[in-house]
Amino acid sequence: MIKVRIPTPLRPLTKGQGEVESTAANIVDMIGSLDATYPGLKSRLCDEKGDLRRFVNIYVNEEDIRFLNGKETSLKDGDEVSIVPAIAGG
Amino acid sequence: MSKMKALVCRECGKEYPPKAIHVCEMCFGPLEVKYNYDEIKSTISRKKIEQGPNSMWRYIDLLPVESTSIIGPHAGLTPLVRAKNLGAHLGIDELYIKNDTVNHPTLSFKDRVVSVALTRARELGFETVACASTGNLANSVAAHAAAAGMKCYVFIPADLEAAKVLGNLIYKPNVVEVEGNYDDVNRLCSEIAGEHGWAFVNINIRPYYAEGSKTLAFETVEQLGWRTPDQAVIPMASGSLLTKIWKGLHEMHALGLVDSVRTKINGAQAEGCSPIATAFKAGRDFFKPVKPKTIAKSLAIGNPADGYYALKATAESKGAMDAVTDEEVVEGIKLLAQTEGIFAETAGGVTIGVLCKLVKQGLIKKSDVTVAYITGNGLKTQEAVVDAVGRPFRIQPSLVNFQKTFKMGKNSGGDS
Repeated sequence: MIKVRIPTPLRPLTKGQGEVESTAANIVDMIGSLDATYPGLKSRLCDEKGDLRRFVNIYVNEEDIRFLNGKETSLKDGDEVSIVPAIAGG
Repeated sequence: MSKMKALVCRECGKEYPPKAIHVCEMCFGPLEVKYNYDEIKSTISRKKIEQGPNSMWRYIDLLPVESTSIIGPHAGLTPLVRAKNLGAHLGIDELYIKNDTVNHPTLSFKDRVVSVALTRARELGFETVACASTGNLANSVAAHAAAAGMKCYVFIPADLEAAKVLGNLIYKPNVVEVEGNYDDVNRLCSEIAGEHGWAFVNINIRPYYAEGSKTLAFETVEQLGWRTPDQAVIPMASGSLLTKIWKGLHEMHALGLVDSVRTKINGAQAEGCSPIATAFKAGRDFFKPVKPKTIAKSLAIGNPADGYYALKATAESKGAMDAVTDEEVVEGIKLLAQTEGIFAETAGGVTIGVLCKLVKQGLIKKSDVTVAYITGNGLKTQEAVVDAVGRPFRIQPSLVNFQKTFKMGKNSGGDS
């Protein structure tokens, strides 16, 4: 099971839950399966072409997926995924 | 009617009430304060500003607070120093240093943004303030929170300069050293901000906080006699400061306080953390995050939130960006100190280093009225220069010993 932490702006879609679970094999599949459970979530995270929006950061076990394999980054049992708005800090 | 209309998403334009939120829930874009410019225009004037307080709060009409009960009322209005010696060294006729090394109370430009952020946070009913910081911000939040009697948590990377750590502890906030770099701290804080009802100045209070940086533009224009400079050289960490200086210049134009904005905006980074400058030089409008490795720790943000907008502002203004090595940072600090008597922190070394490069490349010309933004104080980053400044002459308390040390005879070598 993979834990996915949901940021505040998306919690209205997850019935207020700050953490949900997934069994997906990679980030793309994870977003797809979360969207099936929580409709609308994908369109918040991805643009029309299916690419992650400019201001969405995703981390697997605290590492930015842009330093891993992007949205193809694979997931395994026990991984923790964080979805974090990019606009913070500075 | 309030001067603040709403928060508006910079990406999709959706509007929100002006509360403690920073992200558009539709597209994750950043929220920005939308003002009632028509109303502001009807009351603001050069004269009214000039008669205002001797601080950045003389521009309160363009800052996102509702009350006049200000936390940090003495921030800003730092000297704009005519840098004749450094200008002559570089071959620029009219060079100025905007000297935020002497900002009140914690000696960096962060006193501006924190003053706005804490004033707004208190208005919104918060009792606890917090931040993710590379050092200067934490110092400023801790000091202002102490003065305002607010509870405070500051989160910093575990490898900061000693003076920046001490400069938190003295105010007795909760100082949390996170084992990781700033980007790790920032991500953690974004998650903490989602769980605890605190005012994180650079997360959920960010739309207000960031506006404080505009005052650097306002002051520059007023101190130049109500004209905009031809060139501005600005250090970049998240890119927010550069973006807001650009915005501030345009607000002054829109409100009729200056006739035109002719400023080229130039961004400065250290090579060991230059995601924005690298993207600019490659002609890209997006950046790739990096793992920072530079002595310019206050600029060590590998994943800059406003990188995209900084690229846009610089391109719009027809300015440039560049990056310098750590050696050039140290040289820049020494050059500013030894020509103008201003001791800047590492970020200032980055700015001076890039200023030198832009002049050499012909991008800043002899006749350009140029302002370099020096945002923090060198006493806070002594580690960076401690091996580059030599040692004192050590002598016995004897006249002969002194004269021998400086190879002087009796009554020789004197200035008078």
